[in-house]
Amino acid sequence: MEHDHQELPSDPALRVMALESLLVEKGLVDPAALDALIDAYERKIGPRNGARVVARAWVDIEYKKRLLADATTAIAELGYEGGQGAHMVVVENTPDRHNLVVCTLCSCYPWPVLGLPPVWYKSAPYRSRAVIDPRGVLREFGLEIPEGVEIRVWDSTSEMRYVVLPERPLGTEHMSEEELSALVTRDAMIGTAKATLPGGVP
Amino acid sequence: MNGVHDMGGMHGMGPIALEANEPVFHERWEARVYALNRAMGILGKWNIDAGRHSRERIPPADYLRMSYYEKWLAGLVMLLEETGVVSRAELDSGRAAPGSAKGRPPLTADKVAAVVAARGAFDRPVNEPPRFTIGQSVRARKINPTGHTRLPRYARGAVGVVDRIHGAHIFPDSNAHFHGERPQHLYSVRFAARELWGAEAAARDWVYIDLWESYLDPA
Repeated sequence: MEHDHQELPSDPALRVMALESLLVEKGLVDPAALDALIDAYERKIGPRNGARVVARAWVDIEYKKRLLADATTAIAELGYEGGQGAHMVVVENTPDRHNLVVCTLCSCYPWPVLGLPPVWYKSAPYRSRAVIDPRGVLREFGLEIPEGVEIRVWDSTSEMRYVVLPERPLGTEHMSEEELSALVTRDAMIGTAKATLPGGVP
Repeated sequence: MNGVHDMGGMHGMGPIALEANEPVFHERWEARVYALNRAMGILGKWNIDAGRHSRERIPPADYLRMSYYEKWLAGLVMLLEETGVVSRAELDSGRAAPGSAKGRPPLTADKVAAVVAARGAFDRPVNEPPRFTIGQSVRARKINPTGHTRLPRYARGAVGVVDRIHGAHIFPDSNAHFHGERPQHLYSVRFAARELWGAEAAARDWVYIDLWESYLDPA
C-alpha cells in the first residue's frame, strides 16, 4: 500500500510521543499536567490508603459498622476519594466466607484506595477464570480455601467498586493501628491473599 | 457486543503471571497513555462508557495480543478521531492541520489535585421505584446487543437473587453510544456458581454481578 504521508511509528513509545506532541501542538495538552497526574498515582494513591481503612476497621468497631453500611462515606472520612471510587462497597471475610473481586469485562478497580491495578488483574487469565474457577485461581496465588468455606466473587460490572475487608490475623491484639496497616496487602484487599503476620499464617 | 473482552468463564488464557514489587507503570509511555486518557476525558467529548466501548471495538485478535496500555492508546486514538478532536490526516502526519484553531488544555497542572480527588457520581434520581426487591428471584435476560452492554454473556439466562439495590445509575448501554444517561435501578444479583457453571462448580460458591433493571425479568 502506498502512502504519500508519513506513517506513525509502530512502536507504542514512539506513537504515544507523536500523539502527545500533536495534542500539545493543538493546544489540548499541558505536559506538566500529565506529569502531575502520573506523580499522583505513582507516589500518593496506592494500596497503603486501603490498608489504613482496613486497620481502622480492625481497631474501631463503630468505624467498621459504618464502613460495611456505607463504604463511600466511611472511606472519605479518612480522606480517600476520587475517580473510580464514587460508589464503594466493602465486603467482609469471615472464618466461613471468602470474597474475591474481579472485573471480567474490563479493569474496574477502586483507584482511591488501591491505586492502579496490577497487570495480572487486567489480564485475560484472571478475568476469564476468577468467576468460573475461583478456587483454582486462588491456588495460583498460594491460597487454599477449605471446601466448607463459601466463596463470593464480585464481578465489577457497574461503577460500584468492591474492596475486601480481610480477617484480622490472630496474635495481633497488641499491635497499633499503624502496625496493623502494614499487614494489609493489596492482594488481601482484592481477595487473592489473606492478611498475615510477617512469615506467619493467617 | 459479544466481544472477546467479555471474558468471564473462558478457558485457555493460561496461568496468571504474578510480578513481585510491580511498578505502577512499567514504561514511561504507559504512564503518558494513562495520563493522556484522563486529560482528554476532561474535554467532555465522550464518557467513561464510550471509553470502555472504544477498547471493546478493538478487533479481537488485536485485543488479545495488545498490552493493557496499548489498548488504552488504541481506544484514545479512536475516540479522538470519532469525536473530531483530531483528524485522520493529523494522526497520520503527527502535525496539526495548517490554520487549525488552537485549543486550551482541559487539564492544567494546577487542576490535577482537584481532578484526582473528584469522585464524580454515577447515580441519578429517578421517579419510578425499583421493580425488584431484595431477596426476589430474577432471571438475567437472554440478550445479544451489538453495542455496549454490561450484562456479561456468562450470566445471560441464569436465575439469581437480588442481594442489594444500589439506587438508579447511568445506563451504560445508552450512555456509551451518546444516547443519554437514561438511568435505571441497579441491583447486585447473587448467582449460585452451579446455576452459572453446572454441577461441577462448588456447592457453596456465588458470583455477585451488578445488573441494571432492564437486564432482568422476574423468575
